[in-house]
Amino acid sequence: MKKTFRLRDLDCANCAAKMENAINKLDGVQSATVSFMTQRLTLEADDARFDEVLKEAVRVCRKVEPDCTVLV
Amino acid sequence: MSKKQRRTLVRLIIGAAAFAAALLIPLGGVFRLALFLVPYFVIGGDVLLRALRNIAHGQVFDENFLMAVATVGAFCVGEYPEGVAVMLFYQVGELFQSYAVGRSRQSISALMDIRPDYANVRREGELVRVDPEEVSVDDLIVVKPGERVPLDGVIAEGSSTLDTAALTGESLPRDAAPGDAVISGCINLSGLLTVRVSRVYGESTVAKILDLVENASSKKAKAENFITRFARWYTPAVVIGAALLAVVPPLVTGGPFPMWIHRALIFLVISCPCALVISVPLSFFGGIGGASKCGILVKGSNYLEALAGTETVVFDKTGTLTKGSFRVTAVHPDEISEDRLLELAALAESYSSHPIALSLRAAYGKEPDETRVSGVEEVSGRGVKATVDGRKVCAGNGKLMDEAGAVWHDCHLSGTTVHVAVDGEYAGHIVISDEVKEDAREAVSALREAGVRKTVMLTGDAEPVAAQVAKELGLDEYHAGLLPADKVDRMERLLAEKSPRGVLAFVGDGINDAPVLSRADIGIAMGGLGSDAAIEAADVVIMDDRPSKLAAAIKISRRTLAIVRQNIVFALAVKALVLLLGALGDANMWEAVFADVGVSVIAILNATRALNVKNL
Repeated sequence: MKKTFRLRDLDCANCAAKMENAINKLDGVQSATVSFMTQRLTLEADDARFDEVLKEAVRVCRKVEPDCTVLV
Repeated sequence: MSKKQRRTLVRLIIGAAAFAAALLIPLGGVFRLALFLVPYFVIGGDVLLRALRNIAHGQVFDENFLMAVATVGAFCVGEYPEGVAVMLFYQVGELFQSYAVGRSRQSISALMDIRPDYANVRREGELVRVDPEEVSVDDLIVVKPGERVPLDGVIAEGSSTLDTAALTGESLPRDAAPGDAVISGCINLSGLLTVRVSRVYGESTVAKILDLVENASSKKAKAENFITRFARWYTPAVVIGAALLAVVPPLVTGGPFPMWIHRALIFLVISCPCALVISVPLSFFGGIGGASKCGILVKGSNYLEALAGTETVVFDKTGTLTKGSFRVTAVHPDEISEDRLLELAALAESYSSHPIALSLRAAYGKEPDETRVSGVEEVSGRGVKATVDGRKVCAGNGKLMDEAGAVWHDCHLSGTTVHVAVDGEYAGHIVISDEVKEDAREAVSALREAGVRKTVMLTGDAEPVAAQVAKELGLDEYHAGLLPADKVDRMERLLAEKSPRGVLAFVGDGINDAPVLSRADIGIAMGGLGSDAAIEAADVVIMDDRPSKLAAAIKISRRTLAIVRQNIVFALAVKALVLLLGALGDANMWEAVFADVGVSVIAILNATRALNVKNL
């Protein structure tokens, strides 16, 4: 399953790259992109575990850039 | 400016005033430190907080941390004004950077803003304004002049002109009358239209395009990946360099520690890779935005990047280089006048709806007077027999002529030939062929100018027709009589022939050529408006049906890449220079801050040039 989420207050391009990198390392993630330009996170993960993976991704984002929130 | 940015601006102004005051008040010792700490915390408090918080989260090398270390370091070596000034300069730069990115993001999004806000649905005789997503198929919607068509449909009532510029880049408005299909995203210019909805919002053209454009930035170009990989190594490397610079030289040479620490702090300020990390994707985003302004949808930065290296362009013939509609291309009468021959043929075919009959009537130019025609008889596979003005007219192929007893001859031109006989006497023939698009020739020569080495045409049509089109357009190669499977084979061979780094682009109309589209390095579909197959299968979609857009796409791609390269080289060069000068003690912290945020801002401004596609 592939879903796109908006990101609020993503102010730093390097953080976007770091988030992307960190999310891609998560277990169960097939592919993830964080676009600084469109302020969006595109997450592709196994259907069965999607919610769990998403929760983990949100946690990772907060760790990298606490100001930025994923609008789920 | 957003609320957050405005708040930061106010804070910076207050901080700057306090800083000016601190510079003017002559105090010594601890009081002087306290005096400078006030503006320092006002200006950079958030940076310090974020730095602490991120360290707690295990994020060590982020720019907040680096700025905090650099400025705290400046305070430690007694350079109070420098510590505050650097923080101020950094914050101003960050603010300007976030403002510039926000602005360019907005202007690109505005370009792509074709999202309809509402639809006027007719429900129980009343007009109700609803969200386009709530409208279902076969609902009647009303589009007033000046409004955007919210959903795909067919005009039930009313006629108007439609502005398709947002979708195709075509400035000439298009006429629309009852029975015509309208595409969501167009703007209704003049009349009131009632439209019967044919597709729900999620499947309509506008939703598809928006989806495509929004996802375009998730397919990253090689240059983008290079930069993110580079950034991952760059920061730690510079920080390690700074640590070594602070410790090693004083231990080896016995020089003073504060001087070397100061130089190391300069390293820390430069260590953020932000200029690169922002400006490269921004350039691609701008290039994609600029292309969509011209009616060229690029599905990802990687495709925009690849387009620049286009070496071979393979065209499908029908619908791509030719219009796919038939037109009278030659009238060869025996003895009677051309007009008379055309008139006879048009009248004889006046009851037929066959494409050939339509093109005959179109060439005739007048509405045929049907009272002059009687006894029409269609002979399937051969043509038409009719009585026109009391004379027996036969119009059709050679077999029909033989049947009528007329002595006929073939034409030297390729295409479909309609022979005409009057009262059993041969009167001449009319040649009908698929028409080459007006800009096809220009498109091929523009491609050559843009550095494309080989242009090839693939077609299922017969050899003579293909040969003529290829000659007319000046194509390098053509392959005729191909079945769909042959086209894929041909494509494999062309792929093998090109140079390893060259890119092969295939241009088709998206109908029946999906396998070839996906086999090519870049699949380009034309006439994307309203055709799902094309939008799905291709990497690049040309919204109108002009092949000349292809050269424009390649030019946009080249220019975007040039801007990307400028940014990378400029940013790296400035950083390297300041790092070197810093290590030698010839750069101060101001220059270091410029190498960080100043370069970012310049690179961002340069990146926004990618959006400008007017003079291509």
